[in-house]
Amino acid sequence: MSGPEVALNNPEQAATREQDLIASVQRGQHELFYELVRPYERRVYAAALAILRNEHDAEDVSQEAMLKALKNIRQFRAEARFSTWLIQITVNEALMRRRRERTVQMENIDGHRSGRGEEESEYAPRDFADWREIPSEALERKEVRQRLAEALATLDRKYREVFMLRDMEHLNIQETAEALGITVASVKTRLLRARLMLRDLLAAGWEQGWFSRLPFEKGTKPW
Amino acid sequence: MVVNQKMLNCEQVWREISNYVDGEVDAGLRASMDEHFRTCKRCASVLAGTRNVVQLYGDERMLEVPAGFSQRLEKRLGQRLETTQSGSRWSSWSAWLVPVAAVALIAGGLKLSNSYTFRHPAKSILAAPGHDIPPEMMVVVSDGSKVFHVAGCPFIHDKATERTITAKQAMQDGYVPCSRCLRQYLKTGLTGQHEDDSASAEAESEPEEVVSTAGH
Repeated sequence: MSGPEVALNNPEQAATREQDLIASVQRGQHELFYELVRPYERRVYAAALAILRNEHDAEDVSQEAMLKALKNIRQFRAEARFSTWLIQITVNEALMRRRRERTVQMENIDGHRSGRGEEESEYAPRDFADWREIPSEALERKEVRQRLAEALATLDRKYREVFMLRDMEHLNIQETAEALGITVASVKTRLLRARLMLRDLLAAGWEQGWFSRLPFEKGTKPW
Repeated sequence: MVVNQKMLNCEQVWREISNYVDGEVDAGLRASMDEHFRTCKRCASVLAGTRNVVQLYGDERMLEVPAGFSQRLEKRLGQRLETTQSGSRWSSWSAWLVPVAAVALIAGGLKLSNSYTFRHPAKSILAAPGHDIPPEMMVVVSDGSKVFHVAGCPFIHDKATERTITAKQAMQDGYVPCSRCLRQYLKTGLTGQHEDDSASAEAESEPEEVVSTAGH
């Protein structure tokens, strides 16, 4: 196992290694850039995909975002986390791509999508049965990840973007607001709705047999 | 710590449930919500589901990339790096090449200018020194001119002031032979003239076209 991989197993060493890499790349050792961004490539891709909803475009924008980050690496200041800086560049690139290509499509209108003005209204949960816990171990199964991704994809764009950045990219509320150019209050409102809608979708997924064949251990299901 | 706890209905709980999961409600609201969850199975289910959603989607395993994504990204970064480095090499090369070229141009220009100057003496061919003039030959000089003549030359400048001296004396005094009456003692071509010039040797080493141009 190489040195950097060993260091990544220890958060403190990983942080130090990242700081060293940033300093080296800023000094001109650009060949180290891939090592610097490699831990975040999945997050970068996911951020782009959340906005573009097209795998090809998301990959292209991910690469563009990385190249832009390399080009502007000297502008990075340690006040922000490097990962946050990288994600924000990616979100900007993806939003620009979407504007440029005019790929915004009319969203389907169904029970889980909302139009302008609906954001201010209350969202009421629909399923009140005892919650059937889906354990993290279930994520080992590809079909579970697939089902969760499909549920997320049905959300209206504005909810999906906020949810992705906040709950999947782990940006904080303020960072999410800045990345998307919306207010903190809007982030909170959209996040609430996104979480509740996803909860209802997963609850409905039980009814549709999404998770029925999962090998949960006895006792992990509360029903 | 005493907290200001109040009764909440389900809608009020749902409105704050996301902030509750994120730990962004004040102590009083949290206590009120805790109390509500203890007594309301519906809201307890909403809370459990919301937490489950945050937990599942926040898992690294939910972030998948297409097959070959890493390789393609590394390759593209590598291509950019090569482009940047080749550009950088050209930049450093051109950084010193430009001033060197400028110096070379200036030096070349000066040399050309000098050679042109040497090939074109400031003085006229008519004022050239004589060749094989008998030093004891008697010549005529006059005021207002630095040309010496043979006696009777119609081109003597101021006949009223003319006087007769030896050719040797005239040349020592800076006079030059008249191009009319003493033509036979003057050189007729530039090449011959340059043989006596201190710059002639250098001038002969110049490219042919320069010599040719200077000769016109």
